[in-house]
Amino acid sequence: MAAPRFWREIPNRYNLIGTKCGNCNKVLFPPRYICPHCRRMGKLEPYKLSRRGKIVTYGVVHVAPEGFEDQVPYVLAIVELEDGPRLTTQVVDCDPNEVKIGDEVELVFRRIGSDNEDGVIYYGFKFRKV
Amino acid sequence: MDVGIIGYGVYIPRYRIRVEEIAKVWGEDPSRIKQGLMIEEKSVPAPDEDTATIAVEAARNALKRAKIKPQDIGAIYVGSESHPYAVKPTATIVAEAIEATPNLTAADMEFACKAGTAGIQACAGLVEMGMIKYGISIGADTAQAAPGDPLEYTAAAGGGAIIVGKNNDEALAEIEGTYSYTTDTPDFWRREMRPYPKHGGRFTGKPAYFRHVLSAAHGILRQLKLTPQDFAHAVFHQPNGKFPCQVAEELGFSKSQIVCGLVVPKIGNTYSGSTMIGLAAVLDKAKPGERILVVSYGSGAGSDAFSIQVKEAIEAKRDSAPKVDDFFNNKIYIDYPTYIKYRGLLVR
Repeated sequence: MAAPRFWREIPNRYNLIGTKCGNCNKVLFPPRYICPHCRRMGKLEPYKLSRRGKIVTYGVVHVAPEGFEDQVPYVLAIVELEDGPRLTTQVVDCDPNEVKIGDEVELVFRRIGSDNEDGVIYYGFKFRKV
Repeated sequence: MDVGIIGYGVYIPRYRIRVEEIAKVWGEDPSRIKQGLMIEEKSVPAPDEDTATIAVEAARNALKRAKIKPQDIGAIYVGSESHPYAVKPTATIVAEAIEATPNLTAADMEFACKAGTAGIQACAGLVEMGMIKYGISIGADTAQAAPGDPLEYTAAAGGGAIIVGKNNDEALAEIEGTYSYTTDTPDFWRREMRPYPKHGGRFTGKPAYFRHVLSAAHGILRQLKLTPQDFAHAVFHQPNGKFPCQVAEELGFSKSQIVCGLVVPKIGNTYSGSTMIGLAAVLDKAKPGERILVVSYGSGAGSDAFSIQVKEAIEAKRDSAPKVDDFFNNKIYIDYPTYIKYRGLLVR
């Protein structure tokens, strides 16, 4: 990943800053420039999402993409946050056999990846069981 | 001084390795090591944890207790000897992650295990002279130890954060005074580009740890005209369990005064986090009015001593974030191969 692309997304990745539409009150993550429901009537403002949610569904990764090999087997889940939006995230610090749909999770700050040994390190959100 | 602690928070990774597991690999007697170092197990960072992630978690927990606007923080210092970058501050990552940017000063500090307490002093100075409203100092490390080195039993990971502000009603403790003792003593070091530190073996004891911790403790007692009997608790830097117990005895502190802040047997030596987590463990339990002596130690070498008096606000703030005991009890044991894989020593 190019450093500027990551840098642009720091508020979303570090602190779950999404957008909320002042017209339909829907909360959107990742943030949008145009409300997909209200189109030109939408009034989007930055919105800080809840740091807690529930596992909607999950899978256990055994064959990982580059950079995640040493973490297998690990849980990749779709989490629904308390304020509505769903996001795909790793669930860390747990035995994959102990994860269930409906489990409550909370945000943690972790290393996501890096550009080689001498590149930029990317940080962001993952979740852990409460 | 007119300075207080507004909030405090810690973070300790969930993984642990027992002394037995390491001793088995090197053919050593675990009971001798457990007795000699007074340590049972140590914390190990997950593969996606480093000093920056630990510092962020500790700072977020401190903010939960402080209940202040992050934008009111005027200074962030992160003390560590395992910053993820050689050049690029950990402090900016923390500042962004707690939403304190952009109107603040920030820097990384390094002084072996005492850079976090040096940061508290820097923040206290800035608060005292009115340059900032609040400052946050974090001590965090993912300590390195060469396989087979005695340090492998103790080098752990964790961090503590202290938010400093004026000594008003929102302060959960007052910082009554601070005193430092510093000399050029080469007891422990790591050269540029080297993965593991080297140390002077027994030289790390008397002329290093004991001389500096004792001198700083005597210094602050003299400065504030206090005696060990004036303190309910004392926290000394904890490279192992033995050193802080010996230093306490030499100064005239009883076992009951240090037991609350002695965290090393359960998590190991968290380096820059050690004294900060010890202080947090005391603040988790201390009553208003109780006085705490805190003395850090950083190889190289120096000690920072603080006299801290707990205030009423502690009761309302204490339960707003996880306590040190919560981290003690929430753990997953790993074996030695997993440990060296997580530490990046086993590469496929």
